[in-house]
Amino acid sequence: MTVGSGSEAAKVVPIVEQITAARRGARRRFSATFVAVWLALIAVLGAGTWIASGAEFEFVLVSGPVIVLQGAGITILVAALSIFFATILAVLGALARLSTNPVINAIGSFYVSLFRGTPLLLQIYFIYFALPQLNIILPAIPAGVLALSLNYGAYMTEIFRAGIQAVPRGQREASEALGMREQLVMRRIVLPQAVRIVVPAIGNEFIAMIKDSALVSTITVHETLFMAQRIGRSAFEPVAALIVAGAVYWTLTIIFSFFQEKLERRLARGDR
Amino acid sequence: MTETPLPDLGTRPAPEGSGYADTLPEHLGDVMVRLEGVEKYFGDNHVLRGVDLEVRQREAVMLIGRSGSGKTTLLRCINFLEEPTVGWVEVDGLRLQADPLKARSRSHQEQIRQMRLRAGMLFQDFNLFPHMSVLANCIEAPTRVRGIGQEEAVATAERFLDKVGLLEKRDEYPARLSGGQKQRVAIARALCMEPRVLLFDEPTSALDPELIGEVLRVMEDLAHEGTTMIVVTHEMHFARQAADRVVFMEHGVVAEQGPPEQMLDAPREEDTKRFLRRFLDA
Repeated sequence: MTVGSGSEAAKVVPIVEQITAARRGARRRFSATFVAVWLALIAVLGAGTWIASGAEFEFVLVSGPVIVLQGAGITILVAALSIFFATILAVLGALARLSTNPVINAIGSFYVSLFRGTPLLLQIYFIYFALPQLNIILPAIPAGVLALSLNYGAYMTEIFRAGIQAVPRGQREASEALGMREQLVMRRIVLPQAVRIVVPAIGNEFIAMIKDSALVSTITVHETLFMAQRIGRSAFEPVAALIVAGAVYWTLTIIFSFFQEKLERRLARGDR
Repeated sequence: MTETPLPDLGTRPAPEGSGYADTLPEHLGDVMVRLEGVEKYFGDNHVLRGVDLEVRQREAVMLIGRSGSGKTTLLRCINFLEEPTVGWVEVDGLRLQADPLKARSRSHQEQIRQMRLRAGMLFQDFNLFPHMSVLANCIEAPTRVRGIGQEEAVATAERFLDKVGLLEKRDEYPARLSGGQKQRVAIARALCMEPRVLLFDEPTSALDPELIGEVLRVMEDLAHEGTTMIVVTHEMHFARQAADRVVFMEHGVVAEQGPPEQMLDAPREEDTKRFLRRFLDA
C-alpha cells in the first residue's frame, strides 16, 4: 500500500480500497446466489417432471437425442426462415402504413388487420388445407413458413412503423437539407436507425416465433414437437417426450437470447 | 449518378433605392439570397408577415430578435424546410415561388431540392447521422446526391474536417464527440456539398458555455473568408465580430437592419433598443 505525502491521503486510500473490495465482494455473492438458485430450481423442476412422467431413464437416453437431432434442426430452420421473411414483410408493411398513397396505405392496413385479427393456427390450416382447393399446393414446410411469416410480419409491421417514427425528425430534415431525395433518406438514414431501435422488440418476436413454430407440427412438419409426439406415442412415453421437447425449446431461446444481447451491444456502437 | 451542373442563371444587382444596398460595402458581390414578400402561417398563426430581404455574395448576415419573432422560420423558409405560404425565394439565381398547394408535386420538390443544394443548413442540435462515422457523415451526400467519386469526396471531406480542426476524428462516431465537435463536423459536412450560402439556425444554443467559442471561431473564420452566411443567433458579441449586417426581426417582419456597430450601439427603433437592453444587461 502506497502512502501519500500528506497524512490525509494516507487515511483516504485504505478506505477507498476497502469500499472497492466490499463492492466487489457483494457483486460476487450476488452472482453466486443467483446461479445457485437457478440450479436449485432446475433440479426441483427436473425431479418433479421426472416423477410426473413416470418415464424410464432408458427412454430419455435413447429417444431424447433422436427428438433433439431430428426436431430441433427443423424448428431452427422454420423459425429462422420465417423471421427472415417476416422482417421483409414488416419493412414493406411499415412503409405502406406510412405511405401518403391511399391505395398502398389501405393494402398495408388490410394486411395487418387480417393477419393480426385471425388465429395463427387457423392461418396455418388455411394455407395448408384450403389453398390446394385453388390449385395452390404447398409442401408442409413452405406452407408453415408462409403462415408464420405472414402472421409475424403483420405484428412486426407495427413494430417497424413505430421504429421509423421514433427516428428523430431532425435526421430527416438534415438529410433533406443536404439535397437527399425521399427514397434515399429512407434507405440510408431513417431505416438503418429504425432497425437499431427495433432490434430488442424483433428479438422478442423471434423468441415467440421459435415456440409458435410448434404449431406447424399440426400440418406434419417434422419439427421438435411433432417428433416428440410421434416417438412418445410409439414408446408409450408421451409425457417424457413432451418434457424433452420443452427442454429443446427452452434451450433454443436461451441460446438465442445470448446472441441477441451481443447483437444489441454491437448495434449500440454509434448511438448518441 | 451524375448530377447536372447547376444552371448559371446569373445574379442581378440590387434594385435602386432598396435602402441597405445604397450603402453596400465594397467587398460584397451581387445578390445571393433574395426574399420577396415571404409570409408564413402555421394554422391561424401568422408567423411571417411579409419579409423582404437581400443578402449579398460574401455577406454575413445575423438575424436577431426575441423568440417567436419568426427568425428561425424565416431561415427555414429559405431552403423550404418550411414551405412559405406566399412569397418568392431566390438563392444564387434560382427563383422559386412558394406554392403550398402543390408542395408535394414532383416538379416543385425537385425545384426545392435544387434550392437546398445551394443552401447548406446547420441546426441547433447538429443532426449528425449517429450510425455513420464522421467521415461517412461528410461523404454521404456528396457521393450519393452530387455523384462525386469516393476518392474525391474523401479528399474534400478531409480538407474541410481539417479546416474545422477535427481531421483526427474522421473515424469516430458522433456519440464520442462533444457538442462543440459535433457542430464543427456538421459545418464540415455542409461545406462538403459546396453550397453557395450557409444557413445557421442558432448553432450554439444547445452547447455548454465552454464549447460555444470553438464553434463561433470556425464560423468567424468562414465569415472573414467571404462565405455567404445567414445566422440566427443570440450571440451579440459574435454578431459584432463577424457580421456585415445585423437584421432585427419583430412580429414576423424585418423591423430594423444595418451594420453591427449601428445596430448594436445606436439602434433607431424602440423595439430594437428594448430587445438589446434586455439582452446586454442579462
